[in-house]
Amino acid sequence: MFLEALEKVLADTVTSAAIRRIEAGEAPDAVWQPIEEAGFLDLMLPEAQGGAALPLAELFPILVCLGRHGMPLPVAQTIVVRALSGGRVAMPSGMLTLTLQLQRTAGGAWRCPQVPGGQVAAHVLVADGDALLLLDCSSAAREPVGDRRSLAADLSWRQAPAALALESGGRDLPAFAAALMAAQLSGAMQRCFDMALDQCNTRVQFGKSIGKFQALQQQLSVMAEHVLAVAIAAEAAFRSDRQAPAALAAAVAKSRASEAVSVVAATVHAVHGAIGMTDEYDLGLFTRRLHDWRLAYGAEHAWNLQIGAQVLDSDRSIAELVQAV
Amino acid sequence: MSTLLSQLRLAALPPAAMALRADIKAFLAEALEPAPPHVRARSWMGFDAGFSQRLAARGWVGVTLPAEYGGANIDAFSRYVLVEELLAAGAPVSAHWIADRQSGALIMKFGNDAQKDFYLPRICRAEAFFCIGMSEPGAGSDLASVTTRARPNDAGWLLNGQKIWTTNAHHCHYMIALVRSSGEKEDRQAGLSQFIIDLSLPGVTVRPIRDLSGDAHFSEVFFDNVQLGPDALVGQEGGGWAQVNAELAFERSGPERIYSSIVLLDLWIRMLRESPEGRSHAATVGRLAAHLATLRNMSITVTARLARGESPVVEAALIKDLGTEFEQSIPQCIEATLGAGQGSALEAELLRTLAYVSQMAPSYSLRGGTREILRGMIARGLGLR
Repeated sequence: MFLEALEKVLADTVTSAAIRRIEAGEAPDAVWQPIEEAGFLDLMLPEAQGGAALPLAELFPILVCLGRHGMPLPVAQTIVVRALSGGRVAMPSGMLTLTLQLQRTAGGAWRCPQVPGGQVAAHVLVADGDALLLLDCSSAAREPVGDRRSLAADLSWRQAPAALALESGGRDLPAFAAALMAAQLSGAMQRCFDMALDQCNTRVQFGKSIGKFQALQQQLSVMAEHVLAVAIAAEAAFRSDRQAPAALAAAVAKSRASEAVSVVAATVHAVHGAIGMTDEYDLGLFTRRLHDWRLAYGAEHAWNLQIGAQVLDSDRSIAELVQAV
Repeated sequence: MSTLLSQLRLAALPPAAMALRADIKAFLAEALEPAPPHVRARSWMGFDAGFSQRLAARGWVGVTLPAEYGGANIDAFSRYVLVEELLAAGAPVSAHWIADRQSGALIMKFGNDAQKDFYLPRICRAEAFFCIGMSEPGAGSDLASVTTRARPNDAGWLLNGQKIWTTNAHHCHYMIALVRSSGEKEDRQAGLSQFIIDLSLPGVTVRPIRDLSGDAHFSEVFFDNVQLGPDALVGQEGGGWAQVNAELAFERSGPERIYSSIVLLDLWIRMLRESPEGRSHAATVGRLAAHLATLRNMSITVTARLARGESPVVEAALIKDLGTEFEQSIPQCIEATLGAGQGSALEAELLRTLAYVSQMAPSYSLRGGTREILRGMIARGLGLR
C-alpha cells in the first residue's frame, strides 16, 4: 500500500531533471515536500505518534524504491532518524541525516566527516554510546566532499552544537546506516540492470541487437548474479526480531552491496558505450549514486574488517557463523 | 526489473528444519570417524560406503522419499540442513550422494511402481549407489549430441556406446544414463531417453581415471552389447531431455555449490586465530563470510521454490555460477597469503589441504554444467536469446 503510493509520488517528482537540479544546488522542495506531506517520513513511528507502525521488514522495499529512483536527498536517513526517536521527543521538521563518525577536539570543536546529505540536512544524528544526539546543522560549517553533486559534506562546529538527546538506540545506528544504504544500492543496481538490458535489446550493431552477441550475454548474466546477490543480502539485513537490523546481517549487506558496485557500474557502462559517458544521458545519475552509496558509511573494506574480526574472535565454524545472517 | 530477478525473495528455513540441526550434529559427533582436513576437504567427493550405511541406518539417506519406501519424508528445507551439516563437517558422502540428491527423486517422479518398489528402498538403505551417465567423449557441454544407443529388441534394449567423466562409476551399482533410443544424432534432444543400467551386467566395463590430485573420482564406462530388460527405461521413451532438465534445479542450487572449499576455509581461520598476525587478514575473512552468508540465503530462496514444487532452473544456474566462483576464490585467497611461513604443524596441514583444493577447484565450474553454459542459460532467462 505505502510502496505503491511512494512509487507513484517518486515517478512523478524524482525525474532526471529534478535530480540534476538538486545536484546543481537548487532548492529540493519539489522532491522533498510531496514526500513529507504524504507522511512517508513517519512510516516507522507508532500510530499514536501519527505514524504507520511499519515493521522493519516492510521498510526494505520502501528503501529499495528510493534507490531505484536515484533519490538524491537523505529521505531514507530521515525515515530512520525519526524511527529511532520512537516518537519519544518531538522531531524537528526538514531533512535529517545520520553519521557514524563524530570527532571532538580538546578545544571543544565538533566535526562529522563525510556525512551523506550533509550539504542539505537540518540535523544529523550521531551515537554517543547507546545514546543518540541529534545535532543542529544550522550552526555548522559545511564543506562539500568528493563529488559536490553527491550532497555529502564535512560538518564542523567551533563549539558543541545545540543537540537533542535520545537515551537509547545508539548501538543500532551502524546497522541502520549499513542496511539503509544496502537497500538503496540494491534499488539503484536494479535500475542500472534494467537500463543495461534495455540497451542490449534496442541498440543495433552489425545488423542485430547487441544483446544477441554472446560476449554481452555473458556480461549481463554475471551482472544479474550480482544484482540478485545484493537484493538478497540487503533484504536479509531487514530480517530481525527487533525493530532494528541485526548487526552482522547489516554489515554483510553493506559489504556485499558495496563490492558489487564495481561490476555493476562497469557492466552497465560497457553496454552503453559512449552515450553513457555523456552528461545528458541519465546513466551517470545512477552510477554516480552507486559510487556515492558505496562510500557512504564505509565501503566494503571497513565492513569486511568488522565481520572478519567477529569471525576471528569467535571459536565457531564459518558455517555456524553465517547461519545467523 | 526483469521478472527473473524479481521472483527471488528472501526465504527462511522453517523451524522444523532448524530443529534437525542439533540431531545431525550429535549424530556426526558419533558416527563420523576422525579424519585430517586434507581428507575431509574431499567434501562430496569423499567415498565411504560404511559412513553412508550408518547415515542410512539413522534414516538420513533418500530423506525426501516417502516413508513407505524407507525414506524420511522430510521436505527440501530439512534436506538442506542435513546436507549443510554433512558438508561443513567434511563427511564422506559421495557413496549415496547422487542417489540421495537426484536419482531417488527421479525414480519417484518418473519411475513405474515396480521400479519404485525395487530401487527406492535400496537407496534408502544405502545399498544402491547411483552415478549419472551424461558426458561422452564427443558430448560434453553439447549434451544433446550423445551417441550411446539403446536399440529395442525382444529382450528389452541392447545398449552400445561409452560414457566418460562419470563421477564414482567404479563404486556404484547403477548408472542413470541419457542415451539415444530413437532417431538420429541430427534429431538432437528428440529421441533421447533415460535408462537405469545395472553396472554388474555383462558387457559393462568401468575404468577409473586418475585425476590431477592423484585420486580416481571419475571413470569411463563402456557398453558392449549390454542387454537391458524392458524395465531399464525410466520415464518416457524420448522424454529423456525433459527429465534431465527437471533434475537440474536440484543439482545446481544446493549447499554443495557453495561449501566445496569450506573445510579449507575453516582450517585457515583456525590458523589465523592462533597466529599473532592473523588479524591482518580480517578483511579477507570478512569478505568471504559476507559472500558465504549471501550465497547461502540465495540458495535457500531457490530451495523454497523447489519445496513449492517449482523448477527454477535458471535461478539455480545463476546461484551455481556465483557459488562456484566463490568456492574457487577461497583457495586463491588463501594461497595468496602463504609460502613464507614459519613451518608450524598446522601450517603444514593447511598446505596439504590447500594443495588438494587448489588443484580440484577448476572442476567446480565444470561439473554440473560449465560456467559458460550456465551464463548462456541465464541470458536466455533474461530474454536475450
